[in-house]
Amino acid sequence: MDKARPAFEPGGKLHAFRSVYDGFDTFLFTPNETSRSGVHIHDSIDSKRTMIIVIAALLPCLLFGMYNTGYQHWIACGESEFPFWSLLLYGFLAVLPRIVVSYVVGLGIEFTVAQWRKEEIQEGFLVTGILIPMICPIETPLWMIAVATAFSVIFVKEVFGGTGYNIFNVALVTRAFLFFAYPAKMSGDSVFVSLNSMLGVGGEVADGFTGATPLGQIATSGATSAQELASSLTTLTNEPLSTWDMFLGLIPGSFGETSTLCILIGAAILLFTRIASWRIILSVFAGGAVMALIANWCATPTYPASFLSVGDQLCLGGFAFAAVFMAPDPVTSCRTNTGKYIYGFLVGVVAILIRTYNNGYPEGAMLAVLLMNALAPLIDYCVVEANVRRRLRRTKA
Amino acid sequence: MSNGIKVKKGLDLRLEGAVADPLHVSVKPVAVVAVTPDDFQGIVPKPDVREGDDVLAGQPLFHDKRFTQIKFVSPAAGKVKAVVRGERRKILRIEVEVAGEKTLTHSTEKVLTDATAAKQLLLESGLWGMMTQRPYAIVPNPEAEIRDIFVTGFDSAPLAENRTEFTDSERRSMQAAVKLLGLLTKGKVYVSRRDTQDFPELAGAETIVVDGPHPAGNCGTLIAALKPVNKGETVLCLDLPTLIRIGATATTGVLPTETVVALTGSEVIEPKLVRTLMGASIADLLKGEVKTDGCHHRIISGNVLTGVATPPDGYLHFPYTQVTVIPEGDDVDEFMGWASVSPSKMSTSPSFPGHFLGKKLFRPDARLQGGRRAMIMSGEYDRVMPMDILPEYLIKAILARDIDRMEQLGIYEVAPEDFALAEYSDTSKLELQKIVREGLDYLRKELE
Repeated sequence: MDKARPAFEPGGKLHAFRSVYDGFDTFLFTPNETSRSGVHIHDSIDSKRTMIIVIAALLPCLLFGMYNTGYQHWIACGESEFPFWSLLLYGFLAVLPRIVVSYVVGLGIEFTVAQWRKEEIQEGFLVTGILIPMICPIETPLWMIAVATAFSVIFVKEVFGGTGYNIFNVALVTRAFLFFAYPAKMSGDSVFVSLNSMLGVGGEVADGFTGATPLGQIATSGATSAQELASSLTTLTNEPLSTWDMFLGLIPGSFGETSTLCILIGAAILLFTRIASWRIILSVFAGGAVMALIANWCATPTYPASFLSVGDQLCLGGFAFAAVFMAPDPVTSCRTNTGKYIYGFLVGVVAILIRTYNNGYPEGAMLAVLLMNALAPLIDYCVVEANVRRRLRRTKA
Repeated sequence: MSNGIKVKKGLDLRLEGAVADPLHVSVKPVAVVAVTPDDFQGIVPKPDVREGDDVLAGQPLFHDKRFTQIKFVSPAAGKVKAVVRGERRKILRIEVEVAGEKTLTHSTEKVLTDATAAKQLLLESGLWGMMTQRPYAIVPNPEAEIRDIFVTGFDSAPLAENRTEFTDSERRSMQAAVKLLGLLTKGKVYVSRRDTQDFPELAGAETIVVDGPHPAGNCGTLIAALKPVNKGETVLCLDLPTLIRIGATATTGVLPTETVVALTGSEVIEPKLVRTLMGASIADLLKGEVKTDGCHHRIISGNVLTGVATPPDGYLHFPYTQVTVIPEGDDVDEFMGWASVSPSKMSTSPSFPGHFLGKKLFRPDARLQGGRRAMIMSGEYDRVMPMDILPEYLIKAILARDIDRMEQLGIYEVAPEDFALAEYSDTSKLELQKIVREGLDYLRKELE
């Protein structure tokens, strides 16, 4: 790498690609830059490692998502045997183009902006880029992913100054953009199960197939009691759906968010390495549980989802995924410790609130996190003011 | 009277190269000493000597431009070798060639009974400049009214050595110094110490036993736990060596210019204590002490958190108590260091196996270990700052040069050294101490 450096320095032939070169150089070799002021030794942790650990924590969900995509497809084709590797391969082929598109578009913009601003490439998009395909329905067209990714990287992140300055979670805005710009393609019965064969793997699904997510089924079930609701919840093979199924995640849904088990494995990695805030994750689940209890307690047939038990509410949809991978994003969540409890709790409450009491949106986790992203600075402001008041009181005393 | 403080937030860095035998002190003679004005924050030096002048030990070399009574004195008798100047003729250091032992003697009349005489002695003998004040973490303003005085009786910084035993004359000096300092303030004199130190009973001082990891020994930690600084108040900070020097000067009239320095760090062959002069030349001090293992070295005058990087031909910097030598690290090519699972990587993050090796000592180098980024992770600074301060918000207010916000968030309570551990553990590798220092200087310029 050092031999190639002169070409990328200002005046060199390839200096238009300097940021790209720097990006790869610092990725491959730890920078030799030593401290010039302040402390003489630094902790070995850096933002590259932080981001890579988040990706590692996402891997169980990613792998399970591949398997589940294949599994749902096999069911939709009416197969009764489920060969493991074929399922996984099918899911891999289904998700690969989406990951590639999201990375190419997002990193392309990041590299260009970094070169333009003469800055180092920042790692933030490594995580965002893998999150985007994981929170979108598997049938989302590639061009939509490209457009939505470009929109959110430019208007949610770069215009604010890049990684560390954004107000909203970039991956979630991508999802919200898709949801509001192309509602027909992003919800309903036919987008959550992959329908076509991939390079000869898998079969063709008959026209008219519907594969609604459990939350979609609930929204349209019109159930008037908990029993009725339970019987209306089925897998694609029309068997009743238990809380255990919802926990394991072999159900239709967005690519990476169905398996609460895998999400919890990811959560364990993030909490063990202290990268995600346990305060936020814990309080999101607490908030969700409290709201689910309240909803269940005053359940009404007008809102069928209110019949769901607390466990079901927490396992279904994107709730757990949002709690573990979206809400604790350090840049867009609260920064003060007290604020984190309040922020997390409200994310949980609002997610269940929207999901249960709004027939228009079968899922509320995405909107809840985005709403609380907007409110996080306000919560922090109140916590900071409390510190300021404490200091002022001391002067008077 | 004795009180206790238990510091919970903080971090003791486990580094190689601690002093093996703290009871043995070898003597290092030095040929040249130097005083560096930049070690003393907030002053503008005006020279009192010229090249070739003969000076006594304890004779002023330079004074502050604004408060001309603040003097900085020669650590040794001899001839002024050079007044080294930098850009715009700023004085970088004044070097003195050591010759003879003639010392300047001050009058000690009434210094233990009269506040004016006490202050006069400190200013004339150069001891005033070895104290700092909060706010601004600068050499104290001699005209300010001092609310309280805080003496840190131990140093908790990485590899720092602490006195546990004291001679009778040192005990008498400490008592005399406390008596003198008591004259300067209407408030109290607080002295912090470790449980293990055999401190004398100090009449007129409140002794505080501090337990817990670094920054337990920092003055800022002590003040925050006892009586935080409010706007408009001024407190004094000094360390134990300065306290003993004050006492000795007050009783004998002569400033002791000898100092015990801990030579520490992974690149020192045999870490030990040496007795030398304040401002000793590093070349004399480290002759035959540093490993010749081929790697680049970083010589730090002080500890790894707050010390000054010093060239091999440089001089010992204030507070003249420690030298640390570590690998520089600019000659290392590390492939994909961010993915490393090597147990020799030092980190507070549990993602490194080294984090769990309870007693393992590390040999870190001076690399940043990553690229500089915007502030991304939250709550990192809070883990190592035992003060009622919101460090992230204070840093942002400083960067924005928002004076009102800085005041509201408690900038008067902090010194750059309070942010040293946060700077060490910061994922984004921000230069926190530099930011705080610039913020304090900016504030002082705007408000004074």
